[in-house]
Amino acid sequence: MSEETPVEEMSFEEAMRALEAVVAQLESGEVELEKSIQLYERGAALKARCETKLKEAEEKVAAITLDEGGRPAGTTPLDPS
Amino acid sequence: MDDLIEDAQPGGNTPEFTVSEISGAVKRTLENTFGRVRVRGEVGRVFKARSGHLYFDIKDDRAVLASVTWRGQLSQLAQLPEEGMEVIATGRLTTFGSQSKYQLNVEELRPAGVGALMAMLEKRKKALEAEGLFATERKRALPFLPEVIGVVTSPSGAVIRDILHRLRDRFPRRVLVWPVAVQGKDCAPQVARAIEGFNALDPGGPVPRPDLLIVARGGGSIEDLWGFNEEAVARAAAASEIPLISAVGHETDTTLIDYVSDYRAPTPTAAAERAVPVRLDLLTWTDQQGARLVRAAGQAVSARRQRLGDVSRALPRPETLTFAARQRLDWLDTRLPSALRAAAAAKRAQLTQAAAVLRPATLRTRVAADRERLDRLAARLDPALARNRRQAESRFQTTAARLTPRPVQRTIRDQARRLADTAARGGTATRATLRQRTERLAAVERLRLTLGYEATLQRGYAVVRDDNNRVLTDKAAAQKATGMDIQFRDGHLTIGAARPSKKPKDTPPEQGSLL
Repeated sequence: MSEETPVEEMSFEEAMRALEAVVAQLESGEVELEKSIQLYERGAALKARCETKLKEAEEKVAAITLDEGGRPAGTTPLDPS
Repeated sequence: MDDLIEDAQPGGNTPEFTVSEISGAVKRTLENTFGRVRVRGEVGRVFKARSGHLYFDIKDDRAVLASVTWRGQLSQLAQLPEEGMEVIATGRLTTFGSQSKYQLNVEELRPAGVGALMAMLEKRKKALEAEGLFATERKRALPFLPEVIGVVTSPSGAVIRDILHRLRDRFPRRVLVWPVAVQGKDCAPQVARAIEGFNALDPGGPVPRPDLLIVARGGGSIEDLWGFNEEAVARAAAASEIPLISAVGHETDTTLIDYVSDYRAPTPTAAAERAVPVRLDLLTWTDQQGARLVRAAGQAVSARRQRLGDVSRALPRPETLTFAARQRLDWLDTRLPSALRAAAAAKRAQLTQAAAVLRPATLRTRVAADRERLDRLAARLDPALARNRRQAESRFQTTAARLTPRPVQRTIRDQARRLADTAARGGTATRATLRQRTERLAAVERLRLTLGYEATLQRGYAVVRDDNNRVLTDKAAAQKATGMDIQFRDGHLTIGAARPSKKPKDTPPEQGSLL
């Protein structure tokens, strides 16, 4: 998986795939003890990353405002209800 | 009466027009009578002048109506004329007086009915498909969890509400709405600009760039949805670098943008569902993964602890390792002093035994005996030498007396006799061989005589030859011969002119060339 990407910069999907791989590797029981501790730590970090991304589930709805030339000038809160 | 009749010349009281007056009158009449007309027909030749005015023909199978839309009116047209399109044009008739022509100034143009629209859509679809804009390879994967979702739709109405509602249920996200008209002539350019505008946003800018776009509109008639069938919209969607979901109309409506979008959702709600996963599911999944992680890591440790316990139980206690060795050491330790004593005693006994026989008298006795033997042998040495010499001399005398030439002479005689015998046998063998060969020669000669023709002559036959001494064996050859020689057993008889020679070598030279 993307070993190069630091966990803190991973997208949810990347973190998810990496976590899946780590769990599968650990569960195979064929990892050295030292390595399994490292894997566990990595798995914990990935899980935290996933949770962070899931907690970021904040809803912000805005409408683009356009200037005279039809270019986006900014946003304005939108309440469509 | 006559005056009256004369006055009443044809056309006499009809007012006269100048050309400009009649032209202006026609123009007024036309414009008053046909100030606002709707004309249905097929668009013929279309020509956009450099001035920006658009000239085109509207025709049916019998007549052609010149039409024009001025530059300033073009933006009002819901539909630009395309050749072959069945249209309904609305406008007023006017004249082009200086050329004695009239034309329709078109202010509104729309396709004539659904059939015309569908035909045009089909044509566009084919063109874009031929360009490869619908190719599956062009479709990009949608992000699993977009951070920012850009929605191109009307800011009011059910569509945006449905989308936001479904997003909130599943996974609340940042949503940027780019307000556009979703029907009418402004729809297509605004939607195209919104797609381009979202793509043009700087990822790090004040307005975040979405990583997923949804272009949505609720259901409506084909005319209502028509903006999403415009080529500009389809091209903008195809060019979008941000993955794009189209959700226009109901499930049964397929617009041009649906063919080029990366995913076609049947409804706006479905688009929201495709856009984000369900957050609660993901939280559950993450918890499960966490639990598996802890369990797997715990198992990794406990499995090793178990193995360590197993292995260490199998390990013997340290003191037991030395027991056997210690016991052997103790045993040897107790045996060591007695063994040394026993060995010393044994050696002493051997020494005593050996020392008992070791006395000077013994040595002296042996020396005296040896000397006596030596004296005896020395006394016998000289006589023995003299005797040996005498014996050798007498053997030599005997042998010298026996040396004579007689045996050699005898050998020479024997060899000479054997030579003579061999020579005699050689002569006899040669003569016998010679005799045998002579007899065989005679036998062969007899055989030859028996088989030869001379022997046949003896039995009464004759040989006939011609005068060239060739043997004649048939009648034809005999008739050709000028002369014949017949050989009997006792001689030749010659018949005819020429006399053949006795022997072939006597043949005359001039006939030699014939042979």
